Amino acid sequence: MPIHNILTNTGEWLHGDGPHSQIVISSRVRFARNLRGYAFPGWAKRAERLQVLEAVKPRVEELPEMADAYSVFSQDLSVIEKQVLVERHLVSREHAAKGAGSAVVINRSQTLSIMINEEDHLRLQAIRSGLQLQEIFQMIDQADSALEQKLDFAFHPELGYLTACPTNVGTGMRASAMVHLPALVMSEQINQVIQAVNKIGLAVRGLYGEGTEALGNLFQVSNQTTLGEKEEEIIARLQKVIEQIIGHEQNARQILLQKKPNTLLDHVGRGYGILVHAHSMSSKEALNLLSFIKLGIDLQLFPEVCRQPVDQLFIETQPAHLQKGSQRKLAAEERDVLRAEIIRAKLASFPKPEAGRLKWTRPEQGEPEALE
Amino acid sequence: MNCDVCQQTSATVFLTQIVEGKMQKVNLCEACSKEKGVTNSTGFALADVLLGLGAAQEIERGGGVQKCPACGFSHADFKKTGRLGCARCYDTFAEGLSGLLKGMHKGTVHTGKQPVRAARAFEAQIQLKTLHRELRKAVAEENYESAARLRDQIRRLEVPVPGGAAGTAGVV
Ligand SMILES: [Zn+2]
Ligand SMILES: [Zn+2]
Repeated sequence: MPIHNILTNTGEWLHGDGPHSQIVISSRVRFARNLRGYAFPGWAKRAERLQVLEAVKPRVEELPEMADAYSVFSQDLSVIEKQVLVERHLVSREHAAKGAGSAVVINRSQTLSIMINEEDHLRLQAIRSGLQLQEIFQMIDQADSALEQKLDFAFHPELGYLTACPTNVGTGMRASAMVHLPALVMSEQINQVIQAVNKIGLAVRGLYGEGTEALGNLFQVSNQTTLGEKEEEIIARLQKVIEQIIGHEQNARQILLQKKPNTLLDHVGRGYGILVHAHSMSSKEALNLLSFIKLGIDLQLFPEVCRQPVDQLFIETQPAHLQKGSQRKLAAEERDVLRAEIIRAKLASFPKPEAGRLKWTRPEQGEPEALE
Repeated sequence: MNCDVCQQTSATVFLTQIVEGKMQKVNLCEACSKEKGVTNSTGFALADVLLGLGAAQEIERGGGVQKCPACGFSHADFKKTGRLGCARCYDTFAEGLSGLLKGMHKGTVHTGKQPVRAARAFEAQIQLKTLHRELRKAVAEENYESAARLRDQIRRLEVPVPGGAAGTAGVV
């Protein structure tokens, strides 16, 4: 499959509607694996890295899941193409920085990607829309078991799968969910939630933005530790905590709706006004305002058909996605103009937010459990 | 307050994270926070940052061996990168790493998935030990018939499991 198909079509996680997809954008699981007898990629000499690449790439391409996959050596991708894959969450930033000696193989539906010679010899990653941790765990577990029959993975009887970084040793697994939590941010409860989640050994961080800033009210929740717990236990723990976070976000929305409906309407209305009329917009401003439109759809201020275009805008307004259509690298100001243009075009077909329709139907569910 | 990594520039990025109930703090300057990937949003773990700090001293405490015999990796390299050189480094620096891993993870022993190949190799090893013990006993008791049978069994098991022996290349 040519790169063109990947660049022009977004993957399942961007237009799918997995469970809880209002609040949980996507779920992701990755396994880190290394071959016995070869230095880790960061320490290996070029010749050794190439040996690993030669040994691994055909085995990965052979996987049933990788029929008609997109498979490419890192040096054959342009900077912008690599960055598009990063923005789609198909390769890591670290992998995008690699040149010769690395490769990536991505399946047709863009749900499974396998990076070769990232920080570890193999990084298997599965991603799907909504809260589907068990499903993607099974998918990646299967791919791993199939590879293991042909590749001899570095494994230690006590320490488990051996990885370049000691923070990944054991299962080599990092499971995460990307969640949209505007009401918890607006009601200033987010720090409490983050602290509670940290206390039980899970990490929460802003998906975009620097340091602790979370642009677009988007957060990533993931397991912090990889040694001493079974994969299924880690997944179950994460699943439970994310369900609790969903419950808290829903509660916060309900309370805002009852006590501060005008604040909600104001945020959504101002976001809409600016997005529809702006002629220059930074990525940061776009993420923050799109978050309110997304919330507006959840609150039925916009019809449901607006959901997918808005979700797509979160990705399409990222720097590399903006530039992939143009023949050259754009300056920051040019990007801001183009970004505003794309958003205006997409929102032109949206009806104005209708205050009278403001409504929050809480999905059937009991009170959220406390996070501790 | 100076940066915890370079100790030279004054720190502008202050991080706190609670890991397993323990508060961890790191102060970084602009340059070091960039280098450690703190400012790029995808997956920075505080542990990674900490690794470059306490971790190197920790594995140095392992004493003795300075370089991994398999890949030539040293303590100084770990200090620089926070990453190890090869799978064998885990044995080379085992003593120092054990404290580090204990502080970083939930447990110290992997209880999850195992490659079938590895599981088979461990089973064979345990079985071999038992057979050798029985063989010594049989010889001591001058029970040559069962000794011969045990020797055959051992020989069959000692045919190397593909890729099972340590140090062989990872491709089958
Ligand atoms: Zn510094
Ligand atoms: Zn080594």
